[in-house]
Amino acid sequence: MNLQVDGLSFNYPCHEVLKGISFSMKRGECLAILGTNGAGKSTLLKCINKILRPQGGSVLIEQENIKDFRQVELAKKVAYVSQSNHSTATTVFDSILIGRKPYIKWDVSKNDLNIVNETIKMLSLEKFVLKNVDELSGGEYQKVLIGRALAQETDVLMLDEPTSSLDLKNQLEVLQLIKEIASLKNITAVVTIHDLNLALRFADKYILLKNGVIHAAGGKEVITETNIKQVYGVDVTVEQVNDRSVVVPV
Amino acid sequence: MLKKPNAVIEVDGDSLELYQKFNSKKTGLIIILCMLLLIVSILAMNSGAMELDPTDIIKTLMSIGSEISSVVVWRIRLPRILAAVIAGAGLAVAGCVMQNNLRNPLASPSTLGISSAAAFGANIAIIVLGAGTVQSSAVQPIIVNNPYLVTIFAFVFSMGATMVILMLARMRNFSPEAIILAGVALSSLFGAGTTLIQYFAESVQIAAAVFWTFGDLGRAAWTEVSIMAIVVGLSMIYFMMKRWDYNALDNGPDAAKSLGVNVERTRFFGLLVSSMITAVTVSFLGVIGFVGLVAPQMVRRLIGGDHRFLIPISALMGSLLLLVSDTFARTIISPIVLPVGAVTSFLGAPLFLYLLIKGGKRS
Repeated sequence: MNLQVDGLSFNYPCHEVLKGISFSMKRGECLAILGTNGAGKSTLLKCINKILRPQGGSVLIEQENIKDFRQVELAKKVAYVSQSNHSTATTVFDSILIGRKPYIKWDVSKNDLNIVNETIKMLSLEKFVLKNVDELSGGEYQKVLIGRALAQETDVLMLDEPTSSLDLKNQLEVLQLIKEIASLKNITAVVTIHDLNLALRFADKYILLKNGVIHAAGGKEVITETNIKQVYGVDVTVEQVNDRSVVVPV
Repeated sequence: MLKKPNAVIEVDGDSLELYQKFNSKKTGLIIILCMLLLIVSILAMNSGAMELDPTDIIKTLMSIGSEISSVVVWRIRLPRILAAVIAGAGLAVAGCVMQNNLRNPLASPSTLGISSAAAFGANIAIIVLGAGTVQSSAVQPIIVNNPYLVTIFAFVFSMGATMVILMLARMRNFSPEAIILAGVALSSLFGAGTTLIQYFAESVQIAAAVFWTFGDLGRAAWTEVSIMAIVVGLSMIYFMMKRWDYNALDNGPDAAKSLGVNVERTRFFGLLVSSMITAVTVSFLGVIGFVGLVAPQMVRRLIGGDHRFLIPISALMGSLLLLVSDTFARTIISPIVLPVGAVTSFLGAPLFLYLLIKGGKRS
């Protein structure tokens, strides 16, 4: 297993957020973490990345416990695109280049520059190279953030609600991109997402989180009317449209 | 949609060449500013109550000048010019790092209340311990008769304030909001303390204390210049070593952590070193505002937020701003020397406003 989470728990001083979360992922798979606001989706990603220190359980990447990793070593294993991103007055090239931070000693190497160059080509961002990221559209900026994560050359790619502020076209493009990256680079992608239909379109595995525990986990079969009602408290029907499962609120 | 990468990575001209050309322009700006600083330094050495032509200056620097020009250059003008260059650079890089660490464009070396603490310390030395007095000269009627005591008190109080803020901030995991609010509270506390001390002081003592807070580069002799050079020099090396961490921090604390940066430690040492620069500068020269706020902001608007270039160019911009202001302050209505802090604002504010209106790269 590329990513293995066992009995992970996390609590703030007066509030238990995650309770005994366990799941595992193979390389090339794409996982969608679903659940209501406050269910613990973002906290789970932050615990896997040691941005938050879990109180219990373990996270293994390629059988190695991340507890034993220094933050800079972990940055070579797990890339993370956070929900609240800060666009700064830096160029697209510089924004992707900072993904090489875990590898930079005193200054960037030729290899670092070449990797960034290749990433830019791969994401078709050539025409924005010297443009400031705060001048980009939401979709273009999200691509830059994915590019930064790609430049990190990690085994696991985690994205916290990457489509939350995008229009439909960009939502589809960004998720398609993540799926292709996971397959092409043979890495594990973990995405938190609110839109069940988008998740159904791109993910291989699903986790439905409710109040910090896994309510259901598995393939498309877990996205059922009953599970959605129990997690979200909303009546839906799951229908088949063009051989795709579609969740329709009643 | 996703283009497959080449099996063998080769240097591709387009993006990389564009980026390297873009960066070489920034290197060019460093060279231009260095040359400009050298020219302004020579002009500053030339200007003053006693006029010296460039030949005199060169002769004096080579130790073959007249005795009087030697005194003017070596004892008065050169330490003053170097003080401006070093203090300007120090305050600008301190501001640059604070703006990054606190994620606030309004952060400056005085944000943490260090200047207020130094002023309070100086007031205690001048008023309570009697280090200030009045001299009956029309040119400079007020002097501080025990500058070392004042410097020591200003330094002790400013470093004390720094430690208190960093300790308070540690309790709240170094959140920028907590640090800024602690700085505002401490600044207000020291301001109130200064007001109370001055309320019970005699007018001559108040005059000496107020004079101290104006900021004056003429207070720096070779000892002060050397100490400032060591502190600012070492700090610059430290900041340059951390430049990639600061670039990562610009993307937010979570992103920085996920890139391997120890955010709490980076903030702690960034603020500690910035505070040290401010404490040394303010203790030796008095309060010099604006440079630390505006120099890095100007540079950010000119070249963007890459700390590989932002730190050295901010230093050069700070040096230039303070040196030009000081030269202007001591020559415009010579022999009266205007407070350099006020002149810095007079010269820097319009330039900064111009850059704001013109646009440039947003911070």
